[in-house]
Amino acid sequence: MNTEDEIINKTNYNEDYEVSVIGAGHAGIEAGLAAARLGCKTVVFAVNLDSVGNCPCNPSIGGTAKGHLVREIDALGGEMGRTTDECFLQSRMLNLGKGPAVHSLRAQIDRNKYKEIMKHKLELQENLSLKQAEIIDIFRDKTNEKWVLTSRNGIKYASKCVVLATGTFLEGVVHIGETSYQSGPDGIFPAVLLGESLKKLGLKLKRFKTGTPARVLRSSINFENLEEQCGDENIVPFSYDTENVGENKVKCYISWTNDKTKEVILKNIHRAPMYSGKIEGVGPRYCPSIEDKIVRFPEKKRHQMFIEPCGLNTEEMYLQGMSTSLPEEVQIEMYRTIPGLENVKIMRAAYAIEYDIADPQQMNSTLEFKEYSGLFGAGQFNGSSGYEEAAAQGLIAGINAALKVKNREQLILDRGTSYIGTLIDDLVTKGVNDPYRMMTSRSEYRLVLRQDNADERLTPIGRKIGLISDERYEKFTKYLSLKCEEKQRVKNVVIAPSEELNQVLVSRETSPIITGVKMSDLLKRPQVTYKDLEAFDKTRPNIDKSIFEKVEVEIKYEGYIARQNNQIKELRRLEEKLIPNDIDYKQIKGLRLEAIEKLGKIKPQNIGQASRISGVSPADISVLIIWLSAKTRKKEGC
Amino acid sequence: MSTIAAISTAQGVGGIGVIRISGEDSFKIADKIFVPFVGERGKCLQNLGGYRAKYGTILHENELIDDAVVLVFRAPHSYTGEDVVEISCHGGLYITKRVLRAVLEAGATLAEPGEFTKRAFLNGKMDLSQAEAVMDLISAKSRRANQIAFGMREGKSSKKIAQIKEELLEISAGLSVWADYPEEDIPQVDENVLKNGVQKICERLHGMIDNYDTFKSIKEGVKTAIVGRPNVGKSTLMNFLSDSQKSIVTDIPGTTRDAIEETVMIGDIPVLLIDTAGIRETSDKVEKIGVEKAKKQINESEITLFMIDASSPLCEDDRELLKSLDASKTVILLNKCDLGMQIDARELSTFENRIVELSALKGQGIEKLKEIIENIIGFSNFDPSDAVISNERQLMALKKATEILEDIINQLNLGITLDAVTVLMQDALSIFMEFTGENVSEAVVNKVFSKFCVGK
Repeated sequence: MNTEDEIINKTNYNEDYEVSVIGAGHAGIEAGLAAARLGCKTVVFAVNLDSVGNCPCNPSIGGTAKGHLVREIDALGGEMGRTTDECFLQSRMLNLGKGPAVHSLRAQIDRNKYKEIMKHKLELQENLSLKQAEIIDIFRDKTNEKWVLTSRNGIKYASKCVVLATGTFLEGVVHIGETSYQSGPDGIFPAVLLGESLKKLGLKLKRFKTGTPARVLRSSINFENLEEQCGDENIVPFSYDTENVGENKVKCYISWTNDKTKEVILKNIHRAPMYSGKIEGVGPRYCPSIEDKIVRFPEKKRHQMFIEPCGLNTEEMYLQGMSTSLPEEVQIEMYRTIPGLENVKIMRAAYAIEYDIADPQQMNSTLEFKEYSGLFGAGQFNGSSGYEEAAAQGLIAGINAALKVKNREQLILDRGTSYIGTLIDDLVTKGVNDPYRMMTSRSEYRLVLRQDNADERLTPIGRKIGLISDERYEKFTKYLSLKCEEKQRVKNVVIAPSEELNQVLVSRETSPIITGVKMSDLLKRPQVTYKDLEAFDKTRPNIDKSIFEKVEVEIKYEGYIARQNNQIKELRRLEEKLIPNDIDYKQIKGLRLEAIEKLGKIKPQNIGQASRISGVSPADISVLIIWLSAKTRKKEGC
Repeated sequence: MSTIAAISTAQGVGGIGVIRISGEDSFKIADKIFVPFVGERGKCLQNLGGYRAKYGTILHENELIDDAVVLVFRAPHSYTGEDVVEISCHGGLYITKRVLRAVLEAGATLAEPGEFTKRAFLNGKMDLSQAEAVMDLISAKSRRANQIAFGMREGKSSKKIAQIKEELLEISAGLSVWADYPEEDIPQVDENVLKNGVQKICERLHGMIDNYDTFKSIKEGVKTAIVGRPNVGKSTLMNFLSDSQKSIVTDIPGTTRDAIEETVMIGDIPVLLIDTAGIRETSDKVEKIGVEKAKKQINESEITLFMIDASSPLCEDDRELLKSLDASKTVILLNKCDLGMQIDARELSTFENRIVELSALKGQGIEKLKEIIENIIGFSNFDPSDAVISNERQLMALKKATEILEDIINQLNLGITLDAVTVLMQDALSIFMEFTGENVSEAVVNKVFSKFCVGK
């Protein structure tokens, strides 16, 4: 499309930006807002402006580990948490009673309202232009080191940095039974030409697949015998900014598949594109279609499903757990076998979608492509799945694009700081074979990376970058010092033995005390809570109850937290040993062949990352460390 | 950096063995196992200045192992540039390994091949050419380690560890899916089932750890006593087999060691050779004790090599000894045959198939010796699956894993939440995965998806 001559002649741009973001889904939104807030002249492109912030799958934000991500996005100064708080319909803290590491917040949201709020925030954002444009071409203008983006309407945009956040639009193909056609999600047209352009640029792309269940008409459902699921009484907001928490407005419902459902599916399985061989993309293991579940787990008699409202001003209901790519007439037959859905009417049919992603091993932990300066990737484009995973990467890519424009040091979050850091490290170090979903089991440091302390871990970083306002930071530091004071107090206060106290202790199945005991020592007992000791704790201050919860967690899990902090310290020691980009691993005597190949492909940025690459042994790492030290020392001339 | 330790003298015969400890906790660790003859136990090394030494005893499992001189080097004035302790005790595999084990149990980790040198280099104690030599060493040793690991992976032995790993993985996946999919229709975690599962694994690990000493004899050498009059060529044979011209120290009083020992390879078989010569020679002075000790050595050995100088006829001593030997485990070595055979074969008729004509100097007859040894110990039928730990590193790893798993049971009994258990479980699992280089969280996640039907 572009010959060298043409490129040179194209120095006249219609518009000039510092940061351009292609895509206005959850990744693109965070990227655009962060870049603009950091003072960069920013543009965000969407194929259709009515799809900004679209949730084409489930109408909910958060969940296990994903809830952690949203809190971390918020703690760094991102937008997802605040917007969710503004339009949630039902909120629940999952896993209560399973320990603080796995508490996770999840909210059902009003899908249309979410889109509306997000779009409006982009429109109001200083330094940010929101444009409906399909970018069909991208190339590097070497004469003045800018990227040039061309829209389908023929407009040329120059930009110092570009964030690719194309979601499932890139070369998108929708499959419903035997029918398939080029399309993005929710019937929006796909980005077909851009894919060609990226391939020409030399990016390594892969084919992935995901899917979504049908949306059905509320009045066609019989709720009578369905189990209800309600929100929490005490609602915890996602954002540390949110002061006035809203209330639960809707219920969700639970139903189950049965033998008949299975029968319908198995009778028609040959018509599912995944089984007829029509889909080549790799589907997500974490989010299998109902036909996948039935085929892979034949011993399971029934599968659970949730019926969730999509919003307050719509009658569309989402059938969580029932994604499928069977033909529409089979979908109807199958859904109608489920109790409550006997007469269900489909409004939007379920579908599978195939799309192109970029192999994230081509990127640094900053999310910038190693071989393409100024080009960043984020979200599903990088092989992840989920709104939260996308937003997290978008935020980091946007921040780093802006920092690059401003010639500031790049932001890398290591695995010890956050789930965001873990997510990105997993993507760029291990690569992806199927869409990547965040899970608490992916973090080695989960007792340190809790959802309740995301602010302590990340707000100082967000502040340093420039995404946390004075007001918010002051609120944060005040809260933190109150917490520290309270923790100190609890470590000093001695609780005297008494009949009443010992009664409480015994009723909690823990031993009574004979002499005075420090309150912190009592709290260390797993069975004893802050609340239990209220009557015996005479100097307890009247402060935010969440402080008590935090102090209790920190004291109860002190040993574990210290242990994990040590592991993080060890991790950082290795992360600090940087590996230069231009290293030729073949030159290093003593490395095994497999290590040479893997290291050469992934080009880890530091020893820590290198050690996490499968196929690189501890001995290889030793060799690498020595080689690097020798090189540095030679340079210094000693 | 962690504190590391290893035996730094050549493994085998030698008057003195040195166990070196390096790292920031060196003094603390050494203090835990060292009882000085003068001064108080506990902090004496931590308070000792650099380049100074203390004399005392090494303690392991409440047992005095050996007298030792302990040297203290303070960073940066040491070989590695870190705080270093060197424990000089008596040589020989048994004692040095036992001291090392005490050090490891007190908190040090076993040094990787070349790790002391690596640290010395990293701390600026060495130049580039030396460093390159270290890299060669590391890669060469790791290649060998890999070969060994590979060999083990093929065998039954590693299957047992793999099985335990698999079970831990299943437990972890169960915990993980419980934490990550709270709303799905999956089996709930039953704490008692969890505890029982972990308990059973602990018991098996204990069994393996206890088995280590038995296995060690096969892995580190078939206990083999060499008997014979002085100068028949025992030392020559040992030197030939150990492939070096070590002078064998024979004038050690029978204090801690009963004999001079060395692990050698006879073909593929590791053999722990115990030379009872020293004892026989000193028997002039304390004859009774000496003979008894020699007999004890012979009794405890799995094989007895009776060496005879074939160039001269049997003497009375030889005949007496021959009578006392257990023919089922004795091999007669007719050394110096090349100098002319002077032995009457009829005198050795009870040992019919166990006679090797040998030239220890030239190494002739070793192949035949190997065949006979294999035959006696039934090497080809050996089934290592009940004793899988093959070295100290694995032993320490399994002990550490057992400790963590036992902690899980304790913590569960105390009522800790399961999220903390998942963290401990992951630590335990990572010990098993370190050998294979797998990534723990990756393995757990894979297990979750293969085992459970979860997802929206």
